[in-house]
Amino acid sequence: MHMNRMKDRSVSLTDLTKNFLEMEPDLTAKEAMDEANRCLYCYDAPCITACPTSINIPSFIKKIASGNLKGSAKVIMDANPVGASCARVCPTEELCEGACVLNDASQPIMIGNLQRHAANWAIHNNAQLFKAGARNGKSVAIIGGGPAGLSSARELARLGFDVTIFEAKDKAGGLDTHGIVSFRLPQRVSMWEVEQVESLGVMIRTNTIVGRDIGPEEILTAYDAVVLAIGMASVPPLGIEGETARGVYDAIEFVESTKTPPMDTHLTGKKVVVIGAGNTAIDAATCSVRLGAADVKMLYRRTEAEMTAYEFEYEFAKQEGVEFRWLTQPIGIIQDEEGAVKGVKCLQMELGAADESGRRRPIPVEGSEFTIEADAVIRAIGQARYVKLIEAFGLTHKWGTVKVDLNTYQTSNAKVYAAGDVIFGDGQGDAMVVTAAEQGKQTAYSIYKQLVGLGMVQTS
Amino acid sequence: MADLRVNFAGIKAPNPFWLASAPPTNSGYQVQRAFEAGWGGAVWKTLGDPVINTSSRFAAMHFNGQRVAGFNNIELITDRPLEVNLKEIYETKKRFPNHAVIASLMVEPKQEKWHEIVKKVEAAGVDGLELNFGCPHGMAERGMGAASGQVPELVEKQTRWAKEAANTPVIVKLTPNITDITATAWAAVQGGADAISMINTINSLAGVDLDSWNTVPHVAGKGAHGGYCGPAVKPIALNMVAECARNPEINIPISGIGGISNWKDAAEFILMGAGSVQVCTAAMHHGFSIVEDMIDGLNNYLDDKQLASVKELIGRTVPRYSDWGNLDLNYKIVADINTDTCINCNKCHIACEDTAHQCIDMLTSPDGNKYLQVRTEDCVGCNLCSIVCPVDGAIDMIEIPNGPPMTWNERQAAIKQPIA
Repeated sequence: MHMNRMKDRSVSLTDLTKNFLEMEPDLTAKEAMDEANRCLYCYDAPCITACPTSINIPSFIKKIASGNLKGSAKVIMDANPVGASCARVCPTEELCEGACVLNDASQPIMIGNLQRHAANWAIHNNAQLFKAGARNGKSVAIIGGGPAGLSSARELARLGFDVTIFEAKDKAGGLDTHGIVSFRLPQRVSMWEVEQVESLGVMIRTNTIVGRDIGPEEILTAYDAVVLAIGMASVPPLGIEGETARGVYDAIEFVESTKTPPMDTHLTGKKVVVIGAGNTAIDAATCSVRLGAADVKMLYRRTEAEMTAYEFEYEFAKQEGVEFRWLTQPIGIIQDEEGAVKGVKCLQMELGAADESGRRRPIPVEGSEFTIEADAVIRAIGQARYVKLIEAFGLTHKWGTVKVDLNTYQTSNAKVYAAGDVIFGDGQGDAMVVTAAEQGKQTAYSIYKQLVGLGMVQTS
Repeated sequence: MADLRVNFAGIKAPNPFWLASAPPTNSGYQVQRAFEAGWGGAVWKTLGDPVINTSSRFAAMHFNGQRVAGFNNIELITDRPLEVNLKEIYETKKRFPNHAVIASLMVEPKQEKWHEIVKKVEAAGVDGLELNFGCPHGMAERGMGAASGQVPELVEKQTRWAKEAANTPVIVKLTPNITDITATAWAAVQGGADAISMINTINSLAGVDLDSWNTVPHVAGKGAHGGYCGPAVKPIALNMVAECARNPEINIPISGIGGISNWKDAAEFILMGAGSVQVCTAAMHHGFSIVEDMIDGLNNYLDDKQLASVKELIGRTVPRYSDWGNLDLNYKIVADINTDTCINCNKCHIACEDTAHQCIDMLTSPDGNKYLQVRTEDCVGCNLCSIVCPVDGAIDMIEIPNGPPMTWNERQAAIKQPIA
């Protein structure tokens, strides 16, 4: 996100919907043209290598410069079926833009914004960029319609498979649709990507929970292959006293509630405490600000140096007026007589020796207990795993991270492949949308290789 | 502060920056504004029998987001009555007696027509005359402009006719739409010209509209070739100036025209033999104020070079321009990549690999850093890598010792020598 491009940073207390409109403006046609022309069109460009989906970035930028926006969008979406979302949510400073050779000479190219520009063209022109391949007679079930599932489905459909996605929610798109703050990624962008996949003949069965509405056994029998792309579950409990009080929220659910109007007005003017310091915690905090909260604090038991949020997210939260309380461990939630949140009981911490993760372990300072006033508490300490479902498929996992062969994305059941957040953790992969997209693609190619077996993967 | 004053074939001006005969010099109002802005002279938009101009006249070549790399026009000579132009010339000269006002002229190739117009404009007080033998469109279809400028005999004859009547210096403006410009330049010398100026515009069609399939520009759906100028034509103009400047039989001053946009371009033309320079497209793109930096930049440059006046710069590179046969075949330069400055865009590699001599390797050091390296023994010193390199100082072309000088001409002469 390019902070200096956000012109209007004000928060409206009368129209909360306005606060959730996409914050960074689209590039104007002239900005896009100027920026595209600035690209050097490197050979063996490091931006391509830095992109987990290996988008041919110089190629799509050159096409913007030449006025071939359809071709540009196709280059992007070919490599990344959720490329319109990634244009908005990728930590580009750490990926393509971070690798741009112009970092050393002037300013890196705004690759994310150019990608958004080309993808916007496709969205506005309702361009059908790809078509389904000739049917090969094989069928694949994909469990989970998030970035990994959609990406897998899109490639499988292009390769001629009969694809069904089982989606628990009423809309596919996963975190792109439900979990990423609207002011960064409006839902319609993700829904366009879903439609692009559907237009290839992929059947998306929404409101269908595997394990409730259809059993793993039935799926394993009915389809030639299964892709498990179920992501991660809700935020686990803090395990402290008072957690069931009214006004305690799960960060994922909280952000989801801001994805579609009407906006909840009851945080306006209130004090919000967010527990955790990852990217989701920042999302919860900035959403609180944009819901009109008067005071938003983030509590983290370690320090700035150990926080897992991206640098630009941290910077953004600070600019939004979020207060950071480091070395602060919540130990209980205080409620009033009616069971509503009143405050958070905390302990001051100090850093001790490094633990197995290499980060210094926080230790409580004796007698340091204190209270922070709060009207709402948002839990953002990571996400639990769908362990029951994983076990229902009989797959080997470690704490809910499904084990895969990273060459084939096959799980312990050779018929079941897995991609996305469900395989993130325990040294496997990254939790980025763009990584999920790439893994989804790879499951498709792997399935093609196993079930159809022709050497070269050719898509149309 | 260097002395920028020029005396060009007897035409005096406060500096060598003149506006070329073109739309910017259409009226007294414009020329006077130009002089106020600092231009040293102006060649009035060509006078002759008034014409009717079309609507839709200009078009441009844009390049990679940059506006006006080249400029195309189908406008003809002045469409205002001669008397009006002469009156404004008179008034302008009266207000700016020390600035050069030169009348560009174009009439039918008849002796009496040339005598008549020369007398009329000289009576208005011009400092010199420029014969327009170059305009490539419209007027040429009527036997004027480039139509006469492409025939050396006509150039000579008409120059003589103008000279017969003229008391002020006569400059002959040459067309580049010819195989060898020195042929028409020499004809101008034979006709008694006091100076030559070049280049006029090059035959051109700016483009085709991909939606309507009309030409660009078009007049009611129909197009006709125009004249091309602007930054893109500079190398063509510079060569033509240089070819004339180094020709010992073309021993009259040259006014350089063609894509001059700033003091650097101007200095290059001056080094190549121009005694003054004429500008149009850059002024049409940005307005008259561009002359301020032309003057300032040239001044600072002359100071840096410790030259007291612009006169000392004229033609300094001319002796270094020759025929290919006089180039030293043993001179050898090779590319040298400065890995500290290099940003690893690999453009040099792919340019060399695909289109030159395959001598730049993409390597990885033991500590994992990528770098580019020239295999000197295979490098022919073509410059391509340093041309495509986006960072100044990342690629140097360095000279390496390679035996005593030997030109092609010397080599051929040596081969012909009988063995003693």
